[in-house]
Amino acid sequence: MAVWEVFRQEREGAPFQHGGALEAPNEEFARAYAIELYGRRNESAALWVVPREAIREIDRPYVAEVFDRDYRRVDGYSLKVKLKEARERAGTVSD
Amino acid sequence: MSAPARSRTEADLVLAPADDELILGWRDSEWTGIAPFLEEDVAFSSIAQGEIGHARALYELAAAELGTTADELALDRAPDEYRCAPLVELRLPDWERTIARHWLYERADAIRIEALKDSPWNALAGLAAKIDREEVYHRMHADMWADRLRATEEGSRRFEAAVDELWPFALGLLDEPLRGRLCETVGRPAAAPVERGSHTEELRPLWEEMTMVRRSAPGATW
Amino acid sequence: MAPRTEDAFLAHVQQGGQVETTDWMPDDYRAKLVKFIEMHGNSELMGVLPEREWILRAPTLQRKLALTAKVQDEVGHSQLIYRVVEDLGKPRDQCLDDLVAGKTKFHNVFHYPTKTWGDVGVIAWLVDAAAIISQKALLKCSYAPYARIMKKICWEESFHILHGRDVVLAMVTGTAEQRELVQEAVNRWWGPLMQFHGNPIAADDDPMYLWRIKSQGNEEARQQFLDGYVPQIWELGLTVPDPELRKDADTGGWHYTEPDWSELKQVVTGHGPRTQDRLDLRRTSREETAWVREVVLAEAA
Repeated sequence: MAVWEVFRQEREGAPFQHGGALEAPNEEFARAYAIELYGRRNESAALWVVPREAIREIDRPYVAEVFDRDYRRVDGYSLKVKLKEARERAGTVSD
Repeated sequence: MSAPARSRTEADLVLAPADDELILGWRDSEWTGIAPFLEEDVAFSSIAQGEIGHARALYELAAAELGTTADELALDRAPDEYRCAPLVELRLPDWERTIARHWLYERADAIRIEALKDSPWNALAGLAAKIDREEVYHRMHADMWADRLRATEEGSRRFEAAVDELWPFALGLLDEPLRGRLCETVGRPAAAPVERGSHTEELRPLWEEMTMVRRSAPGATW
Repeated sequence: MAPRTEDAFLAHVQQGGQVETTDWMPDDYRAKLVKFIEMHGNSELMGVLPEREWILRAPTLQRKLALTAKVQDEVGHSQLIYRVVEDLGKPRDQCLDDLVAGKTKFHNVFHYPTKTWGDVGVIAWLVDAAAIISQKALLKCSYAPYARIMKKICWEESFHILHGRDVVLAMVTGTAEQRELVQEAVNRWWGPLMQFHGNPIAADDDPMYLWRIKSQGNEEARQQFLDGYVPQIWELGLTVPDPELRKDADTGGWHYTEPDWSELKQVVTGHGPRTQDRLDLRRTSREETAWVREVVLAEAA
């Protein structure tokens, strides 16, 4: 039997997350079993079921990890010193 | 203003479907742990729980009218006081007849539930509507299996033979005026039904096992 | 970087590193993992058999539903667990064939008979409690797919203990006969419960611990069980059939009569009181439903 992967939504609006896998001969059975295994306690707001063969694994999920790309991240910006200077100039420094 | 008191006969009318669901749920739960494969084991157990849950709701309705409790109705009557149809009493330790019964029962029960939804007894009509919503899953499951078995030569042969064997019992599940609709939905001509009213020999041993713990301490809380 | 030598792998897991299905792993790690996880799957599946008879005999509708749901969860757990084994390379069918042929093991407690409704309460309350202690420790298993399913399993098991406790409480506050059923069940199950976590092995000698497949030693688990559950047993006025059982005031550890390790070995190697007839039931039902699996797998006619 084919393996199907189940993705579930913990509550409305939440991201879909991988819940587990099941075996079923076709889509009809896969749907029924996904409900059973991941919904019989009404614990999922929604479910997706996907044949495992449709999923592609990405081994190296990096675009550029060698050279620094901190301009893409919040921690790449340090405004403290410049902000202090700007406030001093404008006379708006508060204690 | 409270609803008029139900007659004893009306409460009894609830006991027939309640007993059907209880005994069928009992039979279906015999597959727990030994179903053909694990995913189906989990699914079929939900079917059994659904049946027992529906039985409980029906017993609670009757119990309120009769001044007793659902557990007492379900488990404290003598075997010949049960109103279940022979179909549900049969011990069917093979998958083809279990699925055939499941499929026939769901079709017959759908017809019965439709009728109950029109009952002048509001509480019963409301309960039938609620049960109907959960039965959607049961019907889907039964149809899924019927389709899958019929998709192969061996599965088809086994399934159709089982349906043929159980057909007279399925007809006996329903009151006479509703049987024509069952023939249509199942696609089989009428046959001499195995009527509700007397019990098979299988009920007694089932009842003994079902009630053995409860009878060991009558009136106790469990 | 994912480790590719045994030394690097060992360092990785011992520092809390995780392993996924497609990562390189030492042959020994993989072999031990499969054996351990397979035994867990076998245990969940075999655990169904002692309990399922009592579904049919449940003394109230609520208990019938609760017990059916509990047993259903156990089957669901075996499904999750065998999937993990299958992804490690051993197909489910082969696991089931090996189980019924007596080639693989399952936990000691599932080789014993159940005799009364008292057992139903004691199993759900105490046997499941012993199992959950081990299962919570497995949440930190180095093999991530297994650790992930343990999360779902632990969540579902939490209802089981409450159900067990509820059943027991109803009986100990009931008739004298009902109370006696519980005490008698505790007396019978105590031996297997004490053996359940296995004989004490020093962490450094336990490859399962070195590989961080297990994150808790056997004795630690047993102590945790005693600490959590002996007070619960005693507060109900029930006794434990071990005159040596007491908590050490200084160390906080529990003293107890040494469990019968030879009984444990006998039982898990297939000589328990109900081992054979339960395996026979599994084998027979598997054979009788083989046609169903073939039909379900077949191409449509």
